[in-house]
Amino acid sequence: MSGLRETPLAALHRKLGARMVPFAGFDMPVQYESIKREHAAAREAAALFDVSHMGQLHLTGPHALAATERLVTCPVATLRIGRVRYGCLCNLEGGVVDDVTVYRLADEHFMLCVNAANVEKDYRWVVQHGGEADVRDRSTETALIAVQGPTSRSCVAAVAADPDLVASMKRFRCVEAELAGRPMMLSSTGYTGSDGFEIYCDAGDAERLWQALADAGGEPAGLGARDTLRLEAALPLYGHELDDTTSPLEAGLDRFVKREAGGFIGAEAIERRAREGHPRKLAGFVLEGRGIARAEYPIASQGETVGVVTSGAPSPTLGKSIGLGYVPPALAEIGARFDVVVRDRPIPAVVVQTPFYTAPGK
Amino acid sequence: MSIETPDNLRYSKEDEWARREGNRVTVGVTDYAQQQLGDVVFVELPEAGKVVDRGEPFGVIESVKAVADLFSPVGGEIVEVNAALSQTPESVNEDCYGDGWMVVIELADPSEYDGLLDAAAYGDFVKSRSD
Repeated sequence: MSGLRETPLAALHRKLGARMVPFAGFDMPVQYESIKREHAAAREAAALFDVSHMGQLHLTGPHALAATERLVTCPVATLRIGRVRYGCLCNLEGGVVDDVTVYRLADEHFMLCVNAANVEKDYRWVVQHGGEADVRDRSTETALIAVQGPTSRSCVAAVAADPDLVASMKRFRCVEAELAGRPMMLSSTGYTGSDGFEIYCDAGDAERLWQALADAGGEPAGLGARDTLRLEAALPLYGHELDDTTSPLEAGLDRFVKREAGGFIGAEAIERRAREGHPRKLAGFVLEGRGIARAEYPIASQGETVGVVTSGAPSPTLGKSIGLGYVPPALAEIGARFDVVVRDRPIPAVVVQTPFYTAPGK
Repeated sequence: MSIETPDNLRYSKEDEWARREGNRVTVGVTDYAQQQLGDVVFVELPEAGKVVDRGEPFGVIESVKAVADLFSPVGGEIVEVNAALSQTPESVNEDCYGDGWMVVIELADPSEYDGLLDAAAYGDFVKSRSD
């Protein structure tokens, strides 16, 4: 496995019998025993994911606020300390450089949590366009463990010095907390559509935290389950639903774009592209015939190729074959029908409301 | 990870097993293959009557994460198909050498069966790939 990087938990994953695969330059666990079981853990109990491959860029100093406001599509000035928002970094053509979560850790301290495959690209972009803000890439020294599922709260509370803090934490917050006996950053966020947390810690503390969470009932889960979970929640995956040419509006991310205020890189191009009319929109669909849609399968209407599947899988929770894909806007309307071409055979599909899965009480 | 390779079967390098009874050969995927695939969710098999060559794809198996072709370990006419797999694809994980069988092929050339790997040779082959 030469050339692949490892997270601080790689040895532990191998000891647990994980199947390791290359992902974004890292040797990562795709599954331990069964994707279905690990998926179910995140829907019914608490699943543990090592997502230490993801990157963390920190912007600090008196110019950090203005720089971050200009870099991301979501509003930053109104983001209070201890809050988290989702948004995109866009290029001048309105394409997505990356999709990120933005943390305000202090008045003059912001953190962007970025996709593993994009860390170097994002760092260069942020340094280039971050004006006089101080920018640091702390990806290597930072580990990240996600705890996701309806019992994730009690699982995290069990390892916390202050369990009440965990119990009362609202979604999209972040706070310094002592977990597994060490200072860490607890974030009530996730990428599964279930209630959950993401915990940032020093690389050296990752194994200790993982062990404590596993002892508290967290079940190890790999990237395979993470992918089916995020697809059920219709959360985009960079490189599939998003890339440097895609406008966030084509991907349906309108509510994460400050369209009236503007003032961020790519704003003008995004508005111009919206005025001119998007040639394609992202649609969530369910297959009505037997078969499974997979990324890059063609989408056809009346025998003509009109689009492409960006992600597809059998949904373990719904027991249906679901997917996301780009199609002409008229075919992205709920109830619209098209065919997904599976090995030269058209399988009928219908566009449905997304997310495919919503957690009870959400 | 331990791999089951029953002694009474023959194996192909595409990870199919074959069991001969008279001139008929029952075919499925090996324990190694089902472990590599993970949770099997879909099996696509041909209609009975189709004639396949040795090494030719005759169907498709899909897990949550992966799509793989099924390659025929021997040539001949497909005379039986395990229709139950369309309803219970998980049989491939639970019982790959039993209920998870895929097709029965009427051998065109019996020497093709003899040319398949025995359990020991297939076990070594799997080991050589995972090292």
